[in-house]
This record gives sequence, structure tokens and C-alpha cells, in this order.
Amino acid sequence: MQRTLHGEPVKTINRKLFRDLQGTWGQALAIIMVIAAGTSTFIMSITTYDALVNTRDAYYRDYRFEDVFASLNRAPESLLEVIQSIDGVDKVESRVIASAKLTVEDFSEPILGQVVSIPDIGEPSVNRLYLLQGRFPDSVRDDEVILNEVFANAHQLVPGDSLEMIIKGRLETLRVVGIALSPEYIYQVAPGAIMPDFKRFGVMWMSRDAVGKAFDMDNAFNNIALTLQSGINAKDVIVELDLILEPYGGRDAQEREWQISHRIFKSDIDQLEQMAGMFSSIFLGVAAFLLNIVVSRLINTQREIIAALKAFGYSNFDIGLHYLGYVGIIVTIGLMTGLAAGIWLGQALSGLYMEFYRLPYMEFELRLSILTIAVLITFIAASVGTLFAVNRAVKLPPAQAMQPEPPAKFRKSMFEKLALFQSLPQMSRMIIRHLSRKPVKASLSIAGIALACAILVVGTFFRDALEFLIDIEFGLAQREDMTVVFTEPSSRNAYYNLMNMDGVLYGEIFRSVPVRLVNSHKTYLTSINGFQQEQDLHRQLNTQHQAIKIPEQGILLTDYLGEILGVNVGDEIELEILEGRRPVEKLRVAGLVNQYFGIGAYMNINSLNRMMREDDLISGVYLKIDSDYEQQIYDELKDMTRVANYESNRHIVQAFNDTSAEMVYIFVGFIFSLAVIITFGVVYNTARIALSERSRDLASLRVLGFTRGEISFILLGELVVLTLIAIPVGMLIGRILSWYMIQEIPKEIFRLPLIIEYSTYAISATVVIIASILSGLVVRNRLDHLDLISVLKTRE
Amino acid sequence: MLHFDNSMNDNIHDSTQETSPVFRTLGLTKIYEMGEVKVHALRGIDSELYAGELVVLLGASGSGKSTYMNILGGLDRPSSGEVYYGDQDLTHATESELTEYRRQHVGFVFQFYNLIPSLTAIENISIVTEISENPMHPQEALELVGLADRMDHFPSELSGGEQQRVAIARAIAKKPTVLLCDEPTGALDSETGCLVLSAIEQINKELNTTTAVITHNISIGNMADRVIHLADGQISNVEENPDKIHAKDITW
Repeated sequence: MQRTLHGEPVKTINRKLFRDLQGTWGQALAIIMVIAAGTSTFIMSITTYDALVNTRDAYYRDYRFEDVFASLNRAPESLLEVIQSIDGVDKVESRVIASAKLTVEDFSEPILGQVVSIPDIGEPSVNRLYLLQGRFPDSVRDDEVILNEVFANAHQLVPGDSLEMIIKGRLETLRVVGIALSPEYIYQVAPGAIMPDFKRFGVMWMSRDAVGKAFDMDNAFNNIALTLQSGINAKDVIVELDLILEPYGGRDAQEREWQISHRIFKSDIDQLEQMAGMFSSIFLGVAAFLLNIVVSRLINTQREIIAALKAFGYSNFDIGLHYLGYVGIIVTIGLMTGLAAGIWLGQALSGLYMEFYRLPYMEFELRLSILTIAVLITFIAASVGTLFAVNRAVKLPPAQAMQPEPPAKFRKSMFEKLALFQSLPQMSRMIIRHLSRKPVKASLSIAGIALACAILVVGTFFRDALEFLIDIEFGLAQREDMTVVFTEPSSRNAYYNLMNMDGVLYGEIFRSVPVRLVNSHKTYLTSINGFQQEQDLHRQLNTQHQAIKIPEQGILLTDYLGEILGVNVGDEIELEILEGRRPVEKLRVAGLVNQYFGIGAYMNINSLNRMMREDDLISGVYLKIDSDYEQQIYDELKDMTRVANYESNRHIVQAFNDTSAEMVYIFVGFIFSLAVIITFGVVYNTARIALSERSRDLASLRVLGFTRGEISFILLGELVVLTLIAIPVGMLIGRILSWYMIQEIPKEIFRLPLIIEYSTYAISATVVIIASILSGLVVRNRLDHLDLISVLKTRE
Repeated sequence: MLHFDNSMNDNIHDSTQETSPVFRTLGLTKIYEMGEVKVHALRGIDSELYAGELVVLLGASGSGKSTYMNILGGLDRPSSGEVYYGDQDLTHATESELTEYRRQHVGFVFQFYNLIPSLTAIENISIVTEISENPMHPQEALELVGLADRMDHFPSELSGGEQQRVAIARAIAKKPTVLLCDEPTGALDSETGCLVLSAIEQINKELNTTTAVITHNISIGNMADRVIHLADGQISNVEENPDKIHAKDITW
């Protein structure tokens, strides 16, 4: 006799349990797949999110990422002591940050460099560098730089290489001595840009002395970064800091929240959090729901055995426990698999993100609470399904349960009275009757398959939405080929100079000033762009994607900015300009701009200049160029001292695809694979359960002379009907879930439109159909081997 | 509406030793509600079964014999009337009392055997002996029905007669006080049926287990101590059978 570890004999009822598991391994495996996919999605998503947040926090802490930062025109180094003495300030670093045009060998396009100073001796006390290769610059040499890794990698620069920098028209050769990471530049984004471009914008660090000499900032600084003592409110420090810096051209000190790299990184993480939360709850919920259905139907097929066990004197409790055990084993295997896969996938995905964001290390950890939630939800779903089914089975008096089921009550439905139905062959009638006789069962099957289809849609639609976004933003709205930004507001001459260049076809001027928009206590920091009334290149669109004219009076806001500030068309809004004379004005919101990408405020350029009490100034020009002249234009721009930066839209789209969009795609790729697994699990189970529920009827039909093909037609016909109903339902649910996700995803960088292409629906439907065909083949194989005699022997 | 009068009742009582009845039913009725239709399966049954006797319940299908037996076996409850097992009131017993009653005292044999397909012959028996208080060894039970050599076979590897004998072994392995057999030969041919009936007879004799066999087959009545005829939910007639014959001699 078999014995357990503790020496007790293995109970026969437990042996039944294991044998039943063996006998239903196909279905058990399908359930295990569903649970494993559900839990692993949950665990993968949440641990990845956790890992990113933990890593970011640790990185920020260990490398003393600034809590507050401010830029100014120029202040003497002696001011540092004053700043240090502000209450609550922990570490302060005074820096010089300057822009310069760079040239790298074998790369002809424009590169904007940002030079950041580091102390001559020792490491920065704030925004420390994580040195990956090489060393810190030697303070006695003024041509040594450390490159930010993403920039160095983009151009395959290593210590020992050199690059050229143009400072005030002078060409200087710099030697790369190190490659580093910084918490300040996780996202290396050019000033004014919203997307990183690793090739065309690069951050580099030079010793303070060298930067001072190059940019005439000896013993002076133009940027402050500081950390706070714990528990200190940044706002209080900012107020004091602003007062101190004001005489030196200080431009509103900011909290870390407004730091661009942090802001984009945070938006990505928030987005991941939302996606992780949504996907994991949808997947776990769907898995739980399916588990519930599948388990209860599986137990339903054991109705007679339950009756017999009852007749022998097994109590309802014993029987409940037995089936809980059966389901428990399946669920446990599913959970263990899901857990292992979830951790593994989580590590893989976190690893990808770590690589993606160039984080120096990864803090990966599985929170116990996450594990507990996954285990609890799965077990509860399984137990409820089991107990519900067992309860229904034991409620039936055993005597009745052991009787063959009475012929089901059939009534002619309305549908059957239709002439159409009358003309159907008998077998098709059977399919329709059977489905309409058990509407609950049929609806549950449909719901299961539909949910599987829905998660496939949700897992794929992101690509459609992102592509649509790019089409609209860069095809209809921002149609310029290139944006040229001047070092300072300039006269119209600058525009005419550009227009005279060979290959420049057309240009549109703009003026851009930093602004704080205020509506009661809601504020938002952005820039206000002044345009001419009729824009042909850089256009603002309405909800129908038609261009909006820039009004003479009033201001246009990005629709989402209106939401943030809680203002609508016709409302008044306060503008605190953060440049020049810093005027404060009130303007009426003249319209909202339908914008999927970025946030901004727009007004008439002349009104803007009047408001600034300045002449007819422009900040830059949007250009349409002849692509044959692209290189020539770059070369010319590089040599124009007035031009600070120039970027092409093509590069912005590429950068967007390579970063934020890529972040989404990586995640969605993982999700889609898991959705496919769930789909197969569900469809297969639906088919198998239908088989076990109907095999007796079908065997009888075989005896009556029906062919294998005919009985397969009846059963598989049901599966086909269920699938065909489920697919459109699933598409609808998928659309609703997608809509819900869009609502929940952070909207600061981009706002996804609810665009689902036919191809996405088609892919989802195809996966479901393939799953159905494969499951149908398995069932067909079983039907071909139906044991007619034994079926008839045990039944009258 | 009693169908056997007091004198007959006394008569039976006298003829079967001076023991109190194992089962006693008073005015037993059972109504099934099938949708809008009410089916009167039992219409007032007064009866007694005595220790050690072998009773055959004869009736056509729809006579209520299965319902009657299910109530005796604690699988079902009457709509009205009373049923006693010894002194125990089964009518008002709780669900767990009925479970305990079935577990310790009742052995069932069903028309379609109801063996658990995923368990071998011997395991189908031990699943029952494991929960009863003083069972015989499962193998011993199989020997009683002459199937010791098939103990490791799964139901699908056994013939119908063999399956039914395993079912009998399963029913008697707990040493039940009563053995209730519902159409035990209903799915079997005559020859195999005789084998099964012999097994039941042997159990009744050797273990002195009160046995009730339900059948619509009149010939089987020949092996009984008493034959109770049921028709239309009522007892139509009770026959004493002083000249009972061996099961192996029954033919149909």
C-alpha cells in the first residue's frame, strides 16, 4: 500500500484525485496555462514597475539627484555661501551650464552639446556622476571631457577619442577621458525639446576651470543644484532662493518635479504603472473568471460520481474538500508556474528597461504583498467556482443525480418559427437548439472567448494609437521639415537670412517665451508660442484635425492643458511671463487645440511681442526645405553663431519611436504573448468541456448511423457558432478596455487617441480562430475515437 | 388507504421471529414537482422490513419502488409520512445524520453500478471502507463475490456482471445492516444476472444482512423471503414465500 511521508496510507479518495488529474491532464494543462499567464502578467508588470521605481529612488539617493534647481545669468561664486545657509538646504553645487555646437567625425548632421561643469577637484556634491569608463578630467587641462553614455554610444565614442566644439565661433578640440551616467540626464533632452535625441544632443562634463575659461564664467556660475534635508518643504527653500538669485537674473527656482529628465522618466514610469496595473488586473481578473467557469463545468461533468460518493456516506464537506483538492493542485501548479514565469519575465523586462534607460544597476525585488494578492485572487476564484459547482452537485438528491439526466426541455423559440430555421438541415437545427436551450452556459462560453479576444485587442491597439498620433502630429500639425532656434530673440533679419539660403523653400517665424499659466491655484509651467495668423507649416488643429487660425486676441491652449488648468473657451487665464520684463497679464482663452503630443499655449506673435513690450522679435523659424540641400543647410547652420539649435522633425519622430513608444512596445509585446496563451487555454477548455458534456448524445447519434464527420459537425459547429459570436463581442470589450486604459494613462507627454485599426481586430480574431481550429482538431480526434459500446452499456 | 390490513401485518410479524423491524414506514408519500406537473411517486406506504430477511420489491417502472428504496436508504426524503430505521427517525434526520446513517449502515447497489472509473476494483471498495467504522478488508469483500483476481482492474476493464459484483462487494464491505439493491440485474443478461443475484443471496445468508432487491422481474421474487408488490405508488400485495429457491436456479 502506498504511504505518505508521515506513514499514513494514501487515502483512496486522494488516489482518485490524482487519477482524475491524469485523466483530465489536457484540460488541467489549459487551466494551468490560463492561471500561469494571468499571474505571470500580474507579477511581471508589478515587479517591473517596482524595480524601476526602486532603482530610480536608489539611484537618485545614491547619486544625490537635485531636489531644487535654478538657472540664472551670472553670479559670483561667493554667493554660494549665502545659498548654503538657507534653512533646510543640505548640499549645494554651483555650476556653469552652457550650450555649444559639436562636431563628431563621420556624422554630418547638427549636434547640440550641453556642457556641464564639475568641480576641479573631487566629485560633485549634487548630481554625482556614475563613471562607467575612464576617469575624471584633469583640472590643469582644459580640453578633457566626460561624455554622457547615451551620447557616447550613439557615436561610438570611447575615452581617447576626440570631438570638436564651436564656442563663440572658435573651434576647440576636446578629448574624451571618461563615459558616465547621471541621474540628471536619464533622459538626455535638449532644452525646449520634449523628446531625447541621443545622436543630435549630447551632454558632457568638463572641469569648472575649463568651462569657466571657455564661456567667460571664471569664478562665477549660472546654475544651482541643491539637495534638501529630509522633511523640508521645497517651496520654502525656493522662495528664499529666488530672492537671493533675483539680482543675478535668476529664473524661478524649480522643484525636482519640473526637471525635464525626471519629468519624462516619471511620466514613463507612471505610464508603465498604469499599464501594469490595468493589464495585470485585467489579466488576473479574466484568468480568475475563466478559472471559475472552467472549474465549475469540469466538476459538473462529475455529477454522478458525486452522487455515488454521497450515497456511500461521504458528506458534502468531504466531497467539497475533495474537489477543492483537485482544483487546488491545478491552481497551485498554475500559480507556481506563473510565479516563476512572472519573476523571470519581470527580470527580463526590468533588464530591458534598465538597458533602455541606462540605469547603472537594478533593484529587483518581489513584494510579498503582490505575491499574496496573486495567490489569494487565484485561489478565491478557483474555490468559488469549485464550491459553487460542488454545491450544485450535492444539492441534487443522490438518487436523482444518478438517474440519467431527463431529456432536456425543448421549446420552440421565436427564432425556430422563422422560415429560415425551418429550411436549415436537421444538424444545424440541433446546434442552434442546443445553444439556445442553455443560454447561460452558452453565454459563459462566449464571455470566456470574448474576454480572451478582448485582451488581444488591448494588447495590440497601442501601436495603432501611436502611429495615428505620429501621422496627425507630424503629418497634419507640425509639417515643417526643420526648426531653427536662435540663441536669443532676434529681429526679422535673422528670418530673411535663413530664407536666402539655398534649398530653403519656405519659412514661418515664431516667438517663444517661458510662461507660468495660472488659474486660481492651478498652475502650469510651459512656454507660450507666438505665431502669425495664418500658419501653413506649423499648424494648430481642432478636433476634426483642421487647422485653426491664430486669433488676434486671446490665447489658444492645448486641450489637455485646458483640462489641467480647469479652463474652457471664454475663460480668463493669468500669464506670468518668465523672461524679459516678466509681465503678468490676463488673457481670454480663445480656443483649445487638439494636440496628441506635447503641451503648449499659442497666441498671435504681434500680441505676444506687445505684451512683452518688445520689438518685433522672433525666437526661431520653421522651415520647409528641399531635401537635396539638407546637408548643405546643416553645414551652414552650424556656422551661424546666432543659431542655437536646429532639429528636424524626422529626427523627432524617430526619437519618439525609439524612446517612449519603444517603452510601450516592449511592454505590450510581453503582454500580447501572454494574451495568446490565455486565448488558447480558454478556447481549448471550452471545446473539451463541450465534448465531455455531449459525448453521450453524440455516441448515440453515431449508433443511429451518423458519420464521424456529422457528429463532429454538430459539436464543432457549436464551437464555431460560439466563436463567431464571441469575436465581435470581444472586439467591443477590447475597445471599451482600450478606452479605459487611455483614460488612465498619464497624458503629459502624449495622449493616445482611441484608434484601433482593422488589422488589430483582424489579428485578435485570427488568434482566436487559430486557437479554435487547433482545439477543434483535438476534439475531432477524440470524437473519432468515441467508445460507442461503453457509452451505451452504462446508460439506458 | 392501507393495502395490507392489520391481520396480515400481525401475521408477518409472527412469522419472522420476535424481532423489532429494521425499517418501519407510516403513510409515506412522495411528490415530485416537475415544472407545473406534480408526480405522485408514493401515495401512502405503511411497511416494515425485518432483520435478516431478503425482500424483493416488485413493480413496473413508475410504480414508485426506487423512490421507496431511496427513502429507506436516506438518499431522499418523503413529502409526508414517517420512516424509521430501528428507533432512528429518518424523516426528520439532519443532512449530516443521514450521511452518517448511510456511511455506517447502508450498502447500495445500483442498476448502473456507479463505480468510479478512475479507481481500480479494490480501490472502489476501499474508498468506502476507509470511512466506515468496522469494515471487512476490501480484498475479503472481493473474494466474497469471487473477483479477488480482478482487484487491480479498472471498471473499463471489467464486464458488466463483474462491475456489478464489484459494486456488491463495495456495498457489503462496510458490513452494512441493510443492503439495498436497485435493479441490480437490470443491465445484465440472465446468466450474469444469476451470478449477481447469487452473490446477493450469499451475503444475505452469510452476513445475515437485511436485504431489499428492487426489480420488475417477477422471477426474482422466487428467491425472496417476502415479495412486496408496488403499483402506482402503493403496496398492492405482500406475499410470503416459504418455498424460496436459490438464485442460481432462477431463470428468465
